[in-house]
Amino acid sequence: MIDVRGASAVALADGVRAGKWRARDVVDRYLDRIARLDPALGCYLLVDAAGARRQADAVDAAQKAGRDPGPLAGVPLGIKDIFCTRGVETTCASKILRGFVPPYESTATTRLGAAGAVSLGKLNMDEFAMGSSTENSSAGPTRNPWSPAHVPGGSSGGSAAAVAASLCAGATGTDTGGSIRQPAALCGVVGMKPTYGRVSRYGVIAFASSLDHPGPFGRTVEDAAALLEVMAGPDPLDATSIPQPVGAYRQAARAGAAGLAGVRLGVPTEYFQAGMDPEVETSVRAAIDELARAGAKIVPVSLPHTKYAIATYYLICTAEASSNLARFDGVRYGHRTAQARSLDELYAKTRGEGFGAEPKRRIMLGAYVLRAGYYEAYYGKALRARRKIADDFSAAFAGCDAIVTPTSPVPAFKFGERSADPLQMYLADVYTVAPDLAGIPALSQPCGLTRAGLPIGLQTIGPALGEEICFRVAGAFEARTDWHQQLPPDAAP
Amino acid sequence: MSVNDYEVVIGLEVHVQLATRSKIFSWSSAAFGGDPNSHTDPVCLGLPGTLPVLNRAAVDSAVRLGLAAGCTIRTRCRFARKHFFYADLPKGFQISQFDEPICDGGAIKFRLHGELRSVALTRIHLEEDTGKNIHAAAGVSFVDYNRAGVPLCEIVSEPDIRSAEEAAEYVRAVRALVRYLGIGDGNMEEGSLRCDANVSLRIRGAAAYGTKAEIKNMNSFKNVRDAIEHEIKRQATILDRGERVAQETRLWDPARGVTQSMRSKESAHDYRYFPEPDLPPLVVTEAELAAFRGSLPELPEDRFARYTGSVGLSPQDAGVLVADHEIASYFDAVVSAGAPPKRAANWLINEVLARAADPRRLGDADLPVPPPALAELVKLVEDGTLSGKLAKDVFARMWTERRTAGEIVKAEGLAQVSDSSALEAICQRIVAAHPEEVARVHNNPKLIGFFVGAVMKETGGKGNPKAINDILRRLLGPASS
Amino acid sequence: MARIGPEEVRELATLARLQLSEEEVARMTGDLAAILDYVDALRALDTTDVEPMTHAVPFDCPLRADRVAPSLSVEEALANAPRREGSFFEVPRIVPVAGAPEDES
Repeated sequence: MIDVRGASAVALADGVRAGKWRARDVVDRYLDRIARLDPALGCYLLVDAAGARRQADAVDAAQKAGRDPGPLAGVPLGIKDIFCTRGVETTCASKILRGFVPPYESTATTRLGAAGAVSLGKLNMDEFAMGSSTENSSAGPTRNPWSPAHVPGGSSGGSAAAVAASLCAGATGTDTGGSIRQPAALCGVVGMKPTYGRVSRYGVIAFASSLDHPGPFGRTVEDAAALLEVMAGPDPLDATSIPQPVGAYRQAARAGAAGLAGVRLGVPTEYFQAGMDPEVETSVRAAIDELARAGAKIVPVSLPHTKYAIATYYLICTAEASSNLARFDGVRYGHRTAQARSLDELYAKTRGEGFGAEPKRRIMLGAYVLRAGYYEAYYGKALRARRKIADDFSAAFAGCDAIVTPTSPVPAFKFGERSADPLQMYLADVYTVAPDLAGIPALSQPCGLTRAGLPIGLQTIGPALGEEICFRVAGAFEARTDWHQQLPPDAAP
Repeated sequence: MSVNDYEVVIGLEVHVQLATRSKIFSWSSAAFGGDPNSHTDPVCLGLPGTLPVLNRAAVDSAVRLGLAAGCTIRTRCRFARKHFFYADLPKGFQISQFDEPICDGGAIKFRLHGELRSVALTRIHLEEDTGKNIHAAAGVSFVDYNRAGVPLCEIVSEPDIRSAEEAAEYVRAVRALVRYLGIGDGNMEEGSLRCDANVSLRIRGAAAYGTKAEIKNMNSFKNVRDAIEHEIKRQATILDRGERVAQETRLWDPARGVTQSMRSKESAHDYRYFPEPDLPPLVVTEAELAAFRGSLPELPEDRFARYTGSVGLSPQDAGVLVADHEIASYFDAVVSAGAPPKRAANWLINEVLARAADPRRLGDADLPVPPPALAELVKLVEDGTLSGKLAKDVFARMWTERRTAGEIVKAEGLAQVSDSSALEAICQRIVAAHPEEVARVHNNPKLIGFFVGAVMKETGGKGNPKAINDILRRLLGPASS
Repeated sequence: MARIGPEEVRELATLARLQLSEEEVARMTGDLAAILDYVDALRALDTTDVEPMTHAVPFDCPLRADRVAPSLSVEEALANAPRREGSFFEVPRIVPVAGAPEDES
């Protein structure tokens, strides 16, 4: 039997499909690792061992009976707790949703299940995906497998850490301002945020609706591509779902190995400026050199409105969040205050008790910027700035096929280092928010380690529906380097 | 000052539930009623992670309503979130339309005392309905979300209405339009048509509007009239005292016949509208608009013009007929089955409508007297086979026994005697038998009635009164005419 | 742009139905002021004649056919309700408020 530590999802699926090993055994090994290692890491909010074994047995039965067990046969996945899972508690790491058991399943996880993937359980995150460190979880933080004193990034910190620590073979995440790519970078795994609308948002608890991008985490570029190929596609339950058919992502990822001849890679000057950690800059510049050696032509591009991205992002995401979080009121589901004499008191106390500090801050800021007298100055202005930021990318892609940048200006930081100052935390997203605002695909992959042994991420940004070029570039880099094979220590007690 | 020194200014917001099968943004049933919380789905319950997907039938209905009211239809409109907290509102916001509604402008046309009125519309927009709160006794309220997500068109008028009566007629006209188009049933009692009124007064001749109060909870035409009338008096009394009308929302209490302030902690609402990120802009193409235009039914005002014009009906009768799509269609069917229009209108208004429990059921297949049956009866009267009086009896039996006029006449031998030779003989006999009366009839022409009655008695009531009259006048000489 | 004080923070908290302690109000006032200062940078950006980008997708609103699919059962609908009475969700007694749709009484 294969050692699942560091195993790739596609290799596991191939083995199950070929009958080389049983899905049940694969799942049991992951469950065993979770039992041993997760208490120290805190990746999982909920482990559904019985459900996982049941799904694995069904895959094995299909395989044995000669039926196609699916492209992801027996691949054990962790599911970010923002994806609604039928019959399995879904909380968004918030006290206000404690005990909520959805009577429906998200489209993305439905598709993963139909492809043979097995859900091991629900992964930790910043409450309602609001944060960059997973310190904002009501269940307590997740630790970075590379260093327990450091954050895993966020908001999908549980997902990135679980994949890094081989507590699942792949994971789902959501990216609103960088919540897939930044933790992927800080934990040394691959995270892919596809084009907005490429993966359905149905059943994914909304943070900022016009910015929420569900996507996959993988150990390798091809793993992420394989997961995305299944998760993506038109969905009649999401009016913003893209109708075009899904691309051949795995093939694109493998094609990278043949080099990048004819590919023009843009490097934006605005993404290499003050505030960047020198070790990050060194690694990312080295990675770009490697891509050049793979045959790519490196061209300078300019994204002049980058400096407005964080402000634009925070105005839009807080406005939408304040609206999306209005439904959590203690009437139909979730937490409800023990004592309320009136409806307004029920709302105010339920919400005051149920939400953590960061959602409260964003609800307040969002309510502020949407107020009648302020709308144009704040929200309206931000929507116009968003257009200019998106236009920057369109202009840049006229001269290049993809853009390469650092994912995060800094490697993983220590717990508490930034949590006291919300603005400092927001600035951690400086390189990731713009692709979210533009709705274009972007991928992070490991491209180095600091001297302290913390991962560094390389971001590849593509044009709208340009997932394939992102996978091809990332596949090329992965084929020529071994950063993706670096594993954090198994910190077994 | 008296109420008459003030000009009344009224604007109405009418909410019309659209009779779609499923809800505006999700798949559960939009039907009225049902056990509490039995018509729900994750979307209309506002469960986390769910998303709205727009129902084509709701859009089509709004576009047709807009075209019928002469609105400009936006080829590109938007949905927006309107935020407020209430137990029957599952998401903490209502998906509505704000600065880019589907329809702009237009007007509702109707007749007030025979005079054509045209009340301009500000807009018509699409939105979702809320659930229902039920106020229980013991310190709690209950919530039923069956109605949450039922599609609504909100029709907003300009402040062009000048009396309570006109307001009621406006709402009636909206209901007629909705029913003509078949997009809703406009039932105020069931809440499928709801009306809020903004009422203010100003001294006649003043340019500026007075402070308005918003009146809610008027669930019948009578309520609309009574509530607004009461509100006008209330405001006039306040203004007469030199005081100011408070800008507030007031609830009509039909049992007590008063409006009452709905005190709220929040003095001003801030709905924090912003474009609904889950729904891209809605586009209606020119080609779709052209198709909808071509398929609109004949509307109440057009029908009214036709009835009072080429058909030759009185405005009063035409008004009754066009009030409901089903009445007008029934009338048209009776006429096309060969009945003369004026008689057909009289029979329909005086007999059919007097018996039909609900005018909207006139199109039902099991109606006791369907249009061809009424046409047959009217024709029997027209050709003299039945007297008007007999025909009324026959109609009553048609309605209760579900038989045709022909069957009843034949079975009961009710055909009117119009045969002039038979009548002539009877008339001669009667005249001959009453010489005293014949002598007096020359001084007292009204005595002819005595002879008519005697002849009718002889014929068992089946004599044609007109024919009898003609014969008797001839026999009794010129003085009797 | 307008700066924010504790009074406005309390007002916003009422609007957002969020009970905040005095400590939270104080902290929130500082946080919001700092964030608003930061986003003021946007004022430097000329957005004249720029169409607001409300959606990240270029297509029009798709429409669904008017078809009814199975409802949640009453039990499923109420399964997560913190308080229920029979087939209803239960809330504290509502005194009708202005601005909300009409009520049954």
